[in-house]
Amino acid sequence: MNTIHDMGGMDGFGPVGPEENEPVFHHRWEGRVFALTRAVGRWGRGRNWPGFRFTLESIPPEEYLRMSYYERWFHMVASRLLGSGLVTEAELETGYADSGASPPEVLPASRSGSLGFGLLDLDVPARFRAGDRVRARNLHPRGHTRQPRYVRGRVGAVVEDYGVYALQDSDAAGQQPADQPQHVYSVCFEARELWGDRAAAGDSVYVDLWEEYLEPA
Amino acid sequence: MNESGGRPVDRRGFIRDSAVGAAAFTAPGKMMTERTEEAEVHDAHGHEHGHGHGHGHDHEHDHQDVPSDIALRVRALESVLIEKEMVDPAALDEIVDNFENRIGPQNGARVVARAWVDPDFRDRLLADGTSAVGELDYLGGQGEHMKVVANTDTVHNLIVCTLCSCYPWPTLGLPPVWYKSSAYRARAVIEPREVLREFGLDLSGDVEVRVWDSTAEIRYLVLPQRPPGTEDMTEEELAELVTRDSMIGTARVTPPPGGGA
Repeated sequence: MNTIHDMGGMDGFGPVGPEENEPVFHHRWEGRVFALTRAVGRWGRGRNWPGFRFTLESIPPEEYLRMSYYERWFHMVASRLLGSGLVTEAELETGYADSGASPPEVLPASRSGSLGFGLLDLDVPARFRAGDRVRARNLHPRGHTRQPRYVRGRVGAVVEDYGVYALQDSDAAGQQPADQPQHVYSVCFEARELWGDRAAAGDSVYVDLWEEYLEPA
Repeated sequence: MNESGGRPVDRRGFIRDSAVGAAAFTAPGKMMTERTEEAEVHDAHGHEHGHGHGHGHDHEHDHQDVPSDIALRVRALESVLIEKEMVDPAALDEIVDNFENRIGPQNGARVVARAWVDPDFRDRLLADGTSAVGELDYLGGQGEHMKVVANTDTVHNLIVCTLCSCYPWPTLGLPPVWYKSSAYRARAVIEPREVLREFGLDLSGDVEVRVWDSTAEIRYLVLPQRPPGTEDMTEEELAELVTRDSMIGTARVTPPPGGGA
């Protein structure tokens, strides 16, 4: 989806501003949100939780920019739990579990679609190989995608085939209706192809792109 | 929406009113008014709350004079999940402890130091990062598949995730706030040289800048250049020199004070 999370190339955000001796978590609640997000993962099985990136990207842009990083994560974990009925708004309001509710069950994975995130040992033919010139297709899906806007329509060169991974794109509801394993390539774009004269000649940006994001150039 | 305006708010009521905001996160349009009302509640009741320890129904919060609304919302969610036996509080503690104390850039520093002293390892690391990092047992969540890119006299590499915050957790830990910031995500790809100058790295025009945007499931680590004057240092001493930022690409590794051995 074309929203604020896809930030590459934007102006106006000011200096980067690193912090000396930064703690891993600045507040106790940040660590708790991080841990909760990790710990509740098994409750998503069989409940068709939208992808976590999709959920973060669905935050309206004004709110996205106003929230801190872990506030977004809290939104993500709370909305997943609320959306699948594992936690109710009343429970979040009171901080107490509803005593009348039956305890939630861990479900078997019902989504035959998910091959997960990792490298797959699947024999899928590769359309491209190192050295090929490719153009990033002009795609504007309404769901989650890993093709950043700044490469669309731009030409680069495949430098490495990273192997087969499941496409992580979702539909507009945050779901992956089917497995789409395909090759992921490291594609090198000359910086001037992306940014014109603002970039230095000779500099480049390497982007990891699933095969269906690309066409021969 | 929020009832707190017209009645006294006891401790339970305070917690509840704050937690209402958690639901408001799922309807973001309402959030600003919620927050304003909560701020008023905080002003009136910020000092009345318990300071016990542990989990469960006490709803203790951080030892702050005025707990933030988000801290209370998180506490409410955690309490509910524990009460429903959906999460184990000890497991939560362990996750936090791991990332605060065990998983961090000291791991990546050992990879870099090994590559500096062992040319065969360096070759393997650059040819197949996943396999070589695996030799040191630093693969895992958000770092299952690794690509290591080497800085040289003529090439400088910089890692970013423009779409979110992808980062090699097992070797570098969780990313710093600046790495996740809008400014870094927006600028690293379009004006990396300006960003690097802000970090104190002024690269000459004959150094090629390569920016790696972590858009898929491969995670990146920069192999910085070994600084001069470190020829006699041991692998362990070298690892002490390697900083997090040098492995993201926003810094060089600097020689030890006094020029090393």
